[in-house]
Amino acid sequence: MRARVGHWLEEDQVLATSEREEPTRRDFLYIATGAFGAVGAAALAWPFIDQMNPDATALALASIEVDLSSIEEGQTLTVKWRGKPIFIRYRTQEEIDAARAVDLAELRDPQTDEERVKAGKDQWLIQIGICTHLGCVPLGEQGDYDGWFCPCHGSHYDTAGRIRKGPAPLNLELPPYDFVTDDLIKIG
Amino acid sequence: MSGHSTFEPQNGFVKWMERRLPIFGFVHGSFVAYPVPKNLNYFWTFGAILAICLVAQILTGVVLVMHYAPNTAIAFDSVEHIMRDVNWGWMLRYMHANGASMFFIAVYIHIFRGLYYGSYKAPREVVWILGVVIFLLMMATGFMGYVLPWGQMSFWGATVITNLFSAFPIIGDPIVELLWGGFAVDNATLNRFFSLHYLLPFMLAAVVGLHIWAFHVVGNNNPTGVEVKDSQDTVPFTPYYTVKDIFAAVVFLVFFAWMMFMVPNFMGHPDNYIPADPMVTPPHIVPEWYFLPFYAILRAIPDKLGGVLAMFGAILVLFVLPWLDTSKVRSMSYRPLGKQFFWIFVIVCLGLGYLGGKPAEGGYILWARIFTVYYFAYFLVILPVLGFIEKPKPVPASINEAVLAKHSAVVGADSKA
Amino acid sequence: MITLTKNAARALVMAGALAMSVAGVEASSESSFHYKKQDWSFSGAFGKFDRAQLQRGYQIYREVCSSCHAMKYIAFRNLSDKGGPEFDEELVKSLASEYEVEDGPNADGEMFMREAKPYDYFPSPFANDEEAKSANGGALPPDLSLIAKARAASIGPDVGIEFFNDLIRMVWHPITSYQEYGADYIYALLTSYEETPEELEEAVGDKYYNPAYGSGVAIGMAPPLDDELVDYTDGTSMTKEQYAKDVTAFLMWAAEPKLEERKRVGINALIFLVMFSVLLYFTKRKLWSGVKH
Repeated sequence: MRARVGHWLEEDQVLATSEREEPTRRDFLYIATGAFGAVGAAALAWPFIDQMNPDATALALASIEVDLSSIEEGQTLTVKWRGKPIFIRYRTQEEIDAARAVDLAELRDPQTDEERVKAGKDQWLIQIGICTHLGCVPLGEQGDYDGWFCPCHGSHYDTAGRIRKGPAPLNLELPPYDFVTDDLIKIG
Repeated sequence: MSGHSTFEPQNGFVKWMERRLPIFGFVHGSFVAYPVPKNLNYFWTFGAILAICLVAQILTGVVLVMHYAPNTAIAFDSVEHIMRDVNWGWMLRYMHANGASMFFIAVYIHIFRGLYYGSYKAPREVVWILGVVIFLLMMATGFMGYVLPWGQMSFWGATVITNLFSAFPIIGDPIVELLWGGFAVDNATLNRFFSLHYLLPFMLAAVVGLHIWAFHVVGNNNPTGVEVKDSQDTVPFTPYYTVKDIFAAVVFLVFFAWMMFMVPNFMGHPDNYIPADPMVTPPHIVPEWYFLPFYAILRAIPDKLGGVLAMFGAILVLFVLPWLDTSKVRSMSYRPLGKQFFWIFVIVCLGLGYLGGKPAEGGYILWARIFTVYYFAYFLVILPVLGFIEKPKPVPASINEAVLAKHSAVVGADSKA
Repeated sequence: MITLTKNAARALVMAGALAMSVAGVEASSESSFHYKKQDWSFSGAFGKFDRAQLQRGYQIYREVCSSCHAMKYIAFRNLSDKGGPEFDEELVKSLASEYEVEDGPNADGEMFMREAKPYDYFPSPFANDEEAKSANGGALPPDLSLIAKARAASIGPDVGIEFFNDLIRMVWHPITSYQEYGADYIYALLTSYEETPEELEEAVGDKYYNPAYGSGVAIGMAPPLDDELVDYTDGTSMTKEQYAKDVTAFLMWAAEPKLEERKRVGINALIFLVMFSVLLYFTKRKLWSGVKH
C-alpha cells in the first residue's frame, strides 16, 4: 500500500508531519464558513448555466406576424418561427369534412378537429411542422390520410394533423397564435 | 507517520478502487497529507490563486466560445452580442478579460516571490524552468486572446507583435507570412489565433501539472530557504494550507470583483471598442499592461533586430537563472546586498512597465535604456558576482528553529550564536 | 543598508519624474485641453441612470445626431429594456414604426421596405461608409453605439508632474471606480466649440475649431447643439449644456446597457466575498492556533 500510494514522491526524503492536536470539532465557525462557500459556488454557477438559455435577440424574434391574404384555398405556406417550420394551411371544405368525420375512438391522441383550429376560422390549420416522433419535417398532402407523411420513419397524419399511423405518439403540435385581423395572425 | 503513506481506506468502494486505480491515495498523498513547511507566508498563496485563475479563465472562455464567432466580418459584432444580448454575457466577458489581468498580477507576484526566496536554486531548477514555460504560454495565450475581439488595438497589436519576427534576416519575412497566413493580419490570422487561444490553456494546464509534480518531488521552498529536516518543520497540506490558500484566494477575489464590476475597462484600452480598421493606425499603440516592461525593452534598443533579441532575451535569461546565481544562500532575507539589488530590480521592472506605456521619445527612452541595462545586469553580472563577494547573515539550522526564534527573542539570539 | 536602498529608490524616482515631466511637456503640447470631471448620476459604485435624462438623450440623438451618426448595435426594443430609458413597450412600437427598414427578399425575390419593428436595429443614415464620407466632406461620422467607451478624456488629480499624475491616477481611478472618462470627453467635445483663433485658421480650414477634440483641434463635425434647438416637454432647461449632458448620458447607456445590472450584482458579490473572507480569516486563525508558524 505504502509504496503504491505516491511512490513517485521521493520516498527517501524525510518529509513528515508531527503529531499534534487536530481541530476536528465541527463547530459553528466551520459550518458557517462551509455553508458560505457552498452558497457562493452555487450562485456563481448560475450565470454559467443561464448563458445557454435563449438570449435577448432570440426572445425578441420569438413572435412573428404573418399576412394570410396571399394564400389561396388548398395552399400551404411555410414560415419560420423560432427556427422551426410553421405550416399554415388554407384547408378545402373536403379536408375539413374528412377530418370531422373521424371517430375519436380510433385516434391515438384523441382530439377533435374543432380543438385544433380557432372557432370561426375552421379553414386555417396552423401547426408546427415537426414530426412528434423524432423531429423530422413531414411532407404535405401525402400519406394514407392525405394529410402529412413523415419520410423518416413513416408516420401518417390526417387533414387535421392528427397522428393516424406509424411510430409518432402525438398529433402535430400547435403553436400559440391569435388572429390580429381576419388576414393577419401573430404567432408566439 | 510519513505524510503520503498514512492513507488507509476504510470505505469498501475506495478499497476496491485503490487496487485498480490508486487515485484516492494519490490525491491524499499530494493534497491532503502532503507535508508543507509550516512557516510559509502569504506570498506562497499565489500558487493556489494562480490555479484558480487558470480554472476561471478556462471556464469563462469555454462559455464565451459558445457565443463568439472567429471571423473578421462578425467577430466584433459577436463580442457586442455577448455584452448586450447573452444572459450574463457582460459578466462572463468582463470576468474573462479582467481575469487575464488578474492572472498576470498573480503570476508576477509569484515570480518575484521565487526570485526573492531563491526558489529557482537546486534542487528546484526544473520547477523554475517549467514555471518560465508556463509564463511564456500565458503570454502567448494572453496576446492571442486580446486579438479576438477584433478592435483597433487587437488588430494593430497583432500587426506589431507578429512583425517582430520580420527583424530576423532572411527567415524573418517568410515567418511573418506564415504566422499571418497571408500578406497582412486578416481572417486567416484571426482564425488560427482563435484555435491556438483555445488550445494553449490546456497545454498550460498540463505544464502546471508538471510544475506541481516537480515541486512535490523536491518539496516546497520556504522563507528561510532552509530545507525541511524533520516532521517538526512541517504541517499537512490539508487542512492547514488548503484553508489558508482559500482565505487568500477569496481576499484576492475581492480585488478581482472590484475591478471587474466597478472599473471593468480600466485595464483595457478605449481604442479596442473601435472595430479593427486596417487602413487607420491609432496614434498611440500599446500592448496589454502585462507586456509593457518587455515592450519598453524592445523600444529602448535603437536597432530593430537588437530590440527584438533584447526583448526575447529578457525572458530567455530566466531559463538559465538557476546557474547564474552563485550564492549558496537561497533566501534574500539572509543576503544583505542581494536584498538591496533585488528591490532595485523590482523598481526597475515597474519602471519599465511604466515606460512601456509612454511614447517612445525623449527622457522616456533614456530611462528605458538605463533600466534595460540594469535588468540584464541583475541576472548576468550582479547575481553571478554577488555569490563570491557577499557575506551572508547566519542561516537558521532548521525551519522549526527559525519559527521558534521569531516567537522568542531569547531563543533567536541563542540560535545565531 | 536599508536606508541606502530607500535613498537610491527615492533618487531614482525623483530623477525619473523630472526627466519624464520634461518629455511629457514636449509630448502633450498639442493637446493641452483641460477636461473637467462632470457629475454623472451613473458614476460610482451605486450609480444609476436617470430615466428621464436617457429619454431626453434619445430625443436629442433622434432629432439631431441620427441624421449623420448610426447606432448599429442598438435595437428599438432596447429602449424599453430594464436599466435603460425604459420607454413603454407600446411607445417603442410606435417610435419604431416611424422608420422604414429594408427586408426581404419576398416570394418574388425582391427586397422591400417595411415599417420598423421593435426587434429592428436603428437604421443607419447612410448606405455605407463611402456614402457617409462623401456626404460629410470626407470625414466619417463614427457609429455612436460604443463611442462612450471608445473615447477617453485624461482626467484626475493634477500635481504638475506627469509621472506623479500617472501614478496617482493609476490608483485614484480604480479606488473611486471612475469609468466616466468617455462621457466626460463627449461632454467636453460637444460644449467646447470656439471661434477659430487667427493663427490656426489655415490649419482648421473648412473644418471647425474644437480644442477638446482628441485628434488635433480641427473637427469635421459642425457644432451640433445650440440653445433651444430641441423642444423638451418636461420643463428641463433647453440649453446647449443640458442637451450635451442628456445625450452623453444616453450614449453611455448605449455603450454599456448593463451598467446598472453590473453595479448591482457587483455590490452583492463584494458584500458576499468580504463576509466570506472574514469567516475564512477566523477559520484559518482557529485552525492555526495550535501551530507555531
